[in-house]
Amino acid sequence: MSTLLTVRVALRALGANKMRTALTTLGIVIGVGAVVALMSVGAGSQAQVTAQIQGLGTNLLFVRPGSTAVGGVQTGAGGAATLTLTDAQALAQLPTVADAAAELMGFGQVVGQGQNWNTRLLGITQSYLGVRNATMARGEWFAQDDLDSRTPVAVLGSTVAQRLFTEGDPVGQAVRITARGGVGGSFRVIGVMARRGSGPFGDQDDLIYLPITTMVVRLFSQRAVSGVPQVSTINVQVADQALIDQAVAEIGEVLRTRHRVDTDDFTIQSQQEFLEAFNQILGTFTLLLGAIAGISLVVGGIGIMNIMLVSVTERTHEIGIRKAVGARRRDILAQFIVESITVSVLGGMLGIAVGSAVASLLSRVQLPSATGGAATALQTLVTVDSIVLAFGVSVAVGLFFGIYPANRAATLNPIDALRSE
Amino acid sequence: MSADVIIRVEGVTKVYTMGEEKVHALRGITLDIVRGTYVSIMGPSGSGKSTLFNMIGGLDRPSDGEVIMEGFRFGELSSGQMAWIRCHKVGFIFQSFNLIPSMTALDNVAIARIFSGLTPAQARRDAAGSLEQVGLGNRMDHLPSELSGGQQQRVAIARAIVNRPEVILADEPTGNLDLRTGEDIINLLGKMKMDLNITVIFVTHERDIAYHTRRIIRLRDGRVVADEPVPDGLFLEAERTLAAAAAAKAAPAQPNGGRSLGAPSADARRAAVAP
Ligand SMILES: Nc1ncnc2c1ncn2[C@@H]1O[C@H](COP(=O)(O)OP(=O)(O)OP(=O)(O)O)[C@@H](O)[C@H]1O
Ligand SMILES: [Mg+2]
Repeated sequence: MSTLLTVRVALRALGANKMRTALTTLGIVIGVGAVVALMSVGAGSQAQVTAQIQGLGTNLLFVRPGSTAVGGVQTGAGGAATLTLTDAQALAQLPTVADAAAELMGFGQVVGQGQNWNTRLLGITQSYLGVRNATMARGEWFAQDDLDSRTPVAVLGSTVAQRLFTEGDPVGQAVRITARGGVGGSFRVIGVMARRGSGPFGDQDDLIYLPITTMVVRLFSQRAVSGVPQVSTINVQVADQALIDQAVAEIGEVLRTRHRVDTDDFTIQSQQEFLEAFNQILGTFTLLLGAIAGISLVVGGIGIMNIMLVSVTERTHEIGIRKAVGARRRDILAQFIVESITVSVLGGMLGIAVGSAVASLLSRVQLPSATGGAATALQTLVTVDSIVLAFGVSVAVGLFFGIYPANRAATLNPIDALRSE
Repeated sequence: MSADVIIRVEGVTKVYTMGEEKVHALRGITLDIVRGTYVSIMGPSGSGKSTLFNMIGGLDRPSDGEVIMEGFRFGELSSGQMAWIRCHKVGFIFQSFNLIPSMTALDNVAIARIFSGLTPAQARRDAAGSLEQVGLGNRMDHLPSELSGGQQQRVAIARAIVNRPEVILADEPTGNLDLRTGEDIINLLGKMKMDLNITVIFVTHERDIAYHTRRIIRLRDGRVVADEPVPDGLFLEAERTLAAAAAAKAAPAQPNGGRSLGAPSADARRAAVAP
């Protein structure tokens, strides 16, 4: 029997039971819609993270203390266990390196204008602004002199500025910062950072920048053995993308020499690796969301199977007639499979539309930040992949759940089918 | 098998198992049907007529024995090949018409043609031709529920002949019709047999109807108890009665109470059957 005719027969059969067809289709619409909408959330956060990581700067390498060796001795005998500010200065001298900026992370409480706020403290070097591609909203960035003389000055992230200074310009104001595990000190605000946005990494603006030297001396009263501050990360900007591999090798060599170790007591991660690691996690997350939603698609498929079984039972006599006038197994099989695929494809297409609509509604939702910072928009992204996947899965569902009832109809003995009324 | 034997039934038995109980519907039937003959099967209710009919038409398979049609041994055929036989060799007519309620008369006939591999357009054209032949050229777009019993049975006849089968099997084709309409149907079958040179086998309870055929096979308890030709005298008398009835009906020109446009010509053709 021609495909076109089979489809027409299927449509007529479906049209004969509009309510039933509509409800069965609804099951698939919900399933596919859920897959599309939830995957759009996953894909959206993936896009957001990608943008954020790319926004960190260009051709960046992140050097952190600690080796990646598993189960082995972490540091070489007699070597320095940590990265220091002078390591950063040494790396900046490498020909393949454009610049290097050290950072030291801490936590603390800040009080200004009677408001108080818990936030992250980031001790950095002067080159940080350039390396990390950041811009100022107002005031100015640290001068090298601030680092050299350990001046008590601070640049606020925009969230912190908003929290502490509900009105008026924070620049020029004094704040009191008390580091967790350290002591307190008074700082003068010299600038406010432009918003960097927030996302899966958290609020990128909920922090205070301090000169690393000032932070170490004033807040932690700490001096390294050599009198050089330790750092938690060195952000290295490689001069050119093509030089990244070479830069990684050179940095490793310099650090091993400086630390007098044979095995790395530090880890170098490129922006690309960072991105890939996150994408892998988020990709898994997206698939997980899709799989959860896929369960409802399976439920919808069972609905199709149920209706097809009812339909086969109802039309057993008709199947008998068709067989008596010469229908082959495959004619009957095709008829019912086309019917169930029609339902699932129809449901799939509507589901994609509904899922996309839900995705665009979700992207208007403002999520309150967990830390009380600025509200975040939930980013959603309906990808072609997810549409192809949802559509393919819905066809597969129709096929899979249609085969059993269709086969049951097709293998009926003609006379048994004819006898049933 | 001699050339003019179209169907051979060899020792066919059919046993239905109903739980513990075994029902012997057929207890060993052997018979030959010659090509182009008009045969009726008679017997009391439960004697196995329908069961035999289903075996001959390939709707069911015997418990034992063999049905051979034009050299095809049904026992050796796959279900797909049996479908081919049902499609190309056999046309079925049932007591309860067995039309698909959601399809028009035209599509009910066309569907058989489609299963034989034609495109829907070709199938419809042939179906329309068959419906004209049975005098329903003006009822093609009606659903079965919009047709009288006699008209529905004509649709079934059109469907049975549309694939130009070798054999028409009719299981009590007049059983649900009044006498008059039944006679029309029998007459039409006789005409189809003549026009298309088809072998027609039908099951009936009614002796008068059986006398329209040339051979009566009588069954009882799943066995052939008599198999004899219809004496010429009885056959001719039956034919005359029918012809008279047809002529009487042609006068009012309102067959089956329908406003049929094609009917007068169909009646004329029917009248032509009279010897
Ligand atoms: N599917 C079935 N299952 C069990 N027994 C059956 C089945 N079909 C028929 N029989 C039995 O087989 C026997 C023959 O039935 P069949 O229908 O062939 O009779 P028939 O001669 O056509 O009768 P009727 O004139 O009433 O139509 C009956 O005893 C009937 O009960
Ligand atoms: Mg019967």
